[in-house]
Amino acid sequence: MKFPLSWLKQHLDTPASLTEICDKLTAIGLEVEGIEDHGKKLAPFIVAQVLEAAPHPGADRLRVCTVDTGKEKLQVVCGAPNARAGIKVVLARPGDVMPDSGEALKKGVIRGVESQGMLCAVDELGIGDAHSGIIELGEDAPVGGSFAAYAGYDDPVIEINLTPNRPDCAGVLGIARDLAAAGLGELKPLDTTPVKGTEASRIKVKLEFPSAGAAKMDPRFRGDDEPSKACPLFIGRLIRNIKNGSSPEGMQRRLRAIGLRPISALVDITNYLTIDCARPLHVFDAKKIKGGLRLGPAQGGEVLDALNGKTYTLEAGMTTIYDDAGAVSLAGIVGGVRTSCDENTTEVFVESAYFDPVRTALTGRALQISSDARYRFERGIDPLFTETGAELATKLILELCGTPETTVSPLEIAGNVTPRTEAITLDTQKCLKHTGVAVAESEQAEILTRLGFAVTRKNGKLDVIPPSWRPDIEGDADLVEEIIRIKGFDHLPVTSLPRLHVITKTAIDAQDIRANAARRALADQGLMEAVTWSFMPSVIAASFGGVSDDLRLVNPISSDLDVMRPSILGNLLSAAKRNADRGFAAVGLFEIGPVFKDLTPEGQAVVATAVRCGQTPRHWAAASRACDVFDAKGDATAALAAAGAPVAALQITSDAPDWYHPGRSGALRLGANVLAYFGEIHPSVLTACDLSGPAVGCELFLANIPAPRSSGTAKPLLKLDALQPVSRDFAFVVERKVTAAKLVQAVKAADKNLIREVAIFDVYEGDKISSDKKSLALNVTLQPQGKSLTDAEIEAVSAKITAAVGKATGAVLRG
Amino acid sequence: MSQSVSAPSDDLDTLKIELAAAVASAADSAALDALRVSALGKKGRITDLMKTLGALPAEERKMRGAALNVLKDEIAVAIDARQKILSAAALQDRLSRESLDVTLPARPQNEGRIHPISQTIDEIVTLFASQGFAVAKGPDIESEYYNFEALNIPSSHPARDMQATFFMPSSGEYKMVLRTQTSPVQIRTMREQKPPIRIIAPGRTYRCDYDMTHTPMFHQVEGLVIDEATHMGHLKGCLLDFLREFFGIDDLPIRFRPSYFPFTEPSAEVDIGCSRKGGELKLGNFGDWLEILGCGMVHPNVLKNCGIDPEKYQGFAFGMGIERLAMLKYGIPDLRTFFDADLRWLKHYGFMPLDIPNPALKA
Repeated sequence: MKFPLSWLKQHLDTPASLTEICDKLTAIGLEVEGIEDHGKKLAPFIVAQVLEAAPHPGADRLRVCTVDTGKEKLQVVCGAPNARAGIKVVLARPGDVMPDSGEALKKGVIRGVESQGMLCAVDELGIGDAHSGIIELGEDAPVGGSFAAYAGYDDPVIEINLTPNRPDCAGVLGIARDLAAAGLGELKPLDTTPVKGTEASRIKVKLEFPSAGAAKMDPRFRGDDEPSKACPLFIGRLIRNIKNGSSPEGMQRRLRAIGLRPISALVDITNYLTIDCARPLHVFDAKKIKGGLRLGPAQGGEVLDALNGKTYTLEAGMTTIYDDAGAVSLAGIVGGVRTSCDENTTEVFVESAYFDPVRTALTGRALQISSDARYRFERGIDPLFTETGAELATKLILELCGTPETTVSPLEIAGNVTPRTEAITLDTQKCLKHTGVAVAESEQAEILTRLGFAVTRKNGKLDVIPPSWRPDIEGDADLVEEIIRIKGFDHLPVTSLPRLHVITKTAIDAQDIRANAARRALADQGLMEAVTWSFMPSVIAASFGGVSDDLRLVNPISSDLDVMRPSILGNLLSAAKRNADRGFAAVGLFEIGPVFKDLTPEGQAVVATAVRCGQTPRHWAAASRACDVFDAKGDATAALAAAGAPVAALQITSDAPDWYHPGRSGALRLGANVLAYFGEIHPSVLTACDLSGPAVGCELFLANIPAPRSSGTAKPLLKLDALQPVSRDFAFVVERKVTAAKLVQAVKAADKNLIREVAIFDVYEGDKISSDKKSLALNVTLQPQGKSLTDAEIEAVSAKITAAVGKATGAVLRG
Repeated sequence: MSQSVSAPSDDLDTLKIELAAAVASAADSAALDALRVSALGKKGRITDLMKTLGALPAEERKMRGAALNVLKDEIAVAIDARQKILSAAALQDRLSRESLDVTLPARPQNEGRIHPISQTIDEIVTLFASQGFAVAKGPDIESEYYNFEALNIPSSHPARDMQATFFMPSSGEYKMVLRTQTSPVQIRTMREQKPPIRIIAPGRTYRCDYDMTHTPMFHQVEGLVIDEATHMGHLKGCLLDFLREFFGIDDLPIRFRPSYFPFTEPSAEVDIGCSRKGGELKLGNFGDWLEILGCGMVHPNVLKNCGIDPEKYQGFAFGMGIERLAMLKYGIPDLRTFFDADLRWLKHYGFMPLDIPNPALKA
């Protein structure tokens, strides 16, 4: 909502400065978003007249102009094609700061001719973009006078960010009323005396609504109440023998200042009143109306050529105005071309009606029409102002378009609206209880009264009837807001919350504790945490098991973010690809976030996901190598351990999903419960992500980590062995398909008391052994208990180990 | 070596001179060890002389014995002293041979980082936890009921147009949407818990918008306090306490401006003090204002929708953009870069893995 200061002052008598007005507007909830004040920067520029425009002796395109400033005659060189003798222009003199460059104009010599100033174009003054020539002012521009004052640029334009609950302030009048209530001046009275009708209107108006449920209506437009609530009051008036010319310069200037294009007096009047008192109106060319006007729900299928240049097919239930030939206007949203006013209009039928906010909003949204009328109707205009609106419009039409022959009909009225009579009871203690600000009962009553509320005081309570222009006021909480808003939010005390606990309690649940631990652990593994979209291209999602149609967005932001992600891996691989394209091929990324299985809350799970791509860094002390499945396994294990998973007890199986390399991937699980997948990314998935490999990744299902068994804080008691451990190495040759885990398990089982640790320190496959075999070298740590082991005892255990491994895996000691 | 059984007493002086010279000229530990053996060993020259003492008359034996002991000690001391010098020289020699180019870089270290959004959430949670808040959560895919209806935003409400909503395919009374705000967690919490309630709900939110200052996904943190006495002054205190601590500015001013949200009444937008001098944004008590969040007293209709009696219970709610907080605190200029996973950006704006926010342990 935008308005020039002078427009506000038409309704508000105030000595306040622009700054005071703007500060107060913001303080009462009408947040000032911007002030366009051209006056200051345009102050130096004056109106001048070109007396003579002689050709420049040294340049065909330039002219040497003699301009009159009222005080002196200056010589100015000008290159504009429209520079010619007689026109009035805007003159910048040496020393004037130009708004476009911010620099002072200098006296110059252009191609050998002195120039004592500059004739300005709109862009040079910062008031427009077009530059087809210098500004030409009207005949009435005063030579030597201020250009800003002449052109109305000395009138600052205030823009407020209007919240949707304040339809009353979608008009300058309402804003003035709020400021007056806040003590910033007096609201000037509005002349609302009715114009007497002298000639009956041949155009009658009629409301045609079916009873509830009877109509063939689209349920979307029906609302909860009676169909007739769509328009309870429809008022029209016929005014004949008028002349529709241009509106006066003052009105045009105001409309232009807020971005509206003046069209003709009749149309400008409706636009003016829309902004002036939030009262949208419509004017029909009465001669183009066939028969009378009917208002009711559309049957569906009617076609309206609208004033915005578009054609709409109406849906059943949309509130529409018809004449005998069909639809003429979409109620409260946009009028039709067929009955529109133009420069030849001599008879006008003015419409002022109240249209239901909900239906107006739904119709506007369905047809995607934004208009100043819709904006106000859907927020709720003042129903009791309907008649006043028609009278104000009549007065302006008579003033601007009237002729000695003009005749006015009485108001044609269909339907009625009744003022709100039920009072809201406000306990005057409520303000203190809800805001912490003590406002005396008398002050509460006074504030509400100033805002137009009817207030009755009784025993510590106020009975309050809101004014007709405040549809947003529903209950006592709204009244408290009004009181504290006008009293001033600056009065709110600063009261720290009382402590509930002396010591801070843990604020997050076990799930988040795990996620946080996994996050820090993955970063500690050297991975960068990323946050990527919860969306994913469906073509990528297809590589990760795909998604059901339920997870396909109806209105994605772009076609490549069209589904909710079933896995984070795709997004991280895409991110890796972006980084590789920037020249950073070695990538380690992780993300902890949601993946989606279906639309239910349970269908969303938090998964910690990591990827690594490319080579480890080249370094003088460590050879570079490609990332491999054991990097992914290491990331998974580290994060699981941090998140409290019993890592030592996890089984490793080789059944990771399809997006992993089938022979280089695995699952970390506790029985059927999968805690993580890890592995090399399947080459075909890399192709789909347009990434050159290798790449590895892991996915950790944090919710699957079992809760710790004991709830206490104590760790198990540490038992230190008194005797030194004994270490023995073994090298086994075994079939390649036998897993290391199986071998280790067999060793451990050989003597559970003595064998404390088994480490694999070498794996060999090659020409020194049979091609279907591999050699695994193990270091076994024996922990003697009570007494040291003799050589014989160690030999015995070694023999047991060899036998057990041989029995379990077929392995033999490497010779 | 031949032994002279009856050496004259000045023979010891000669021996001493000879041995001392040998010690001084021993080139390395091995030579010195050989010398030690030849002089003081079981068959060493001094030892041999000791063995001859028994054959001497008592008086002479006493004198010669004393002289021999002195000689023995002197030579031993000389050998030890020489040994120290040789060891020091040997060490010096080893050290000079062992020197490495220490300007070479250390072995590669892990360079992981925590994303600024996670870090900021941790900071926010930490500060609100100290005010007695616990974290609540809700799903990203919400029903229109939780995202709008229960929050006092009926379908015709202009506020629904204000928030460009992503829709999921769905049938039924309420469509499924991607939550446009974290406020639905308020509803879920109030339906599951009885007052008193103090929760914050950080999380992902979505709006169908993508330009310089909007991304289709972003993060908010919701706050909700419901009890029998919490008023708007508490809201102001709670936010002031948080914002000052979060930004580390003890005199950071805040300003409440009346505004409108369907689910709060009264509603306020909150500004913090700043300066924009020279085109540079700086937070603090400088006279200018910057909008930072929206809040208000929970609307009685919202309480009713959750089965809470608005005559008995009251409280406040607030919502803040997490990226906005992070951008202001850490000077991150562009919202869109948060979601690009650019390694250079993550390394620069990210946080060290062990940098866990804890106001008690660091400034």
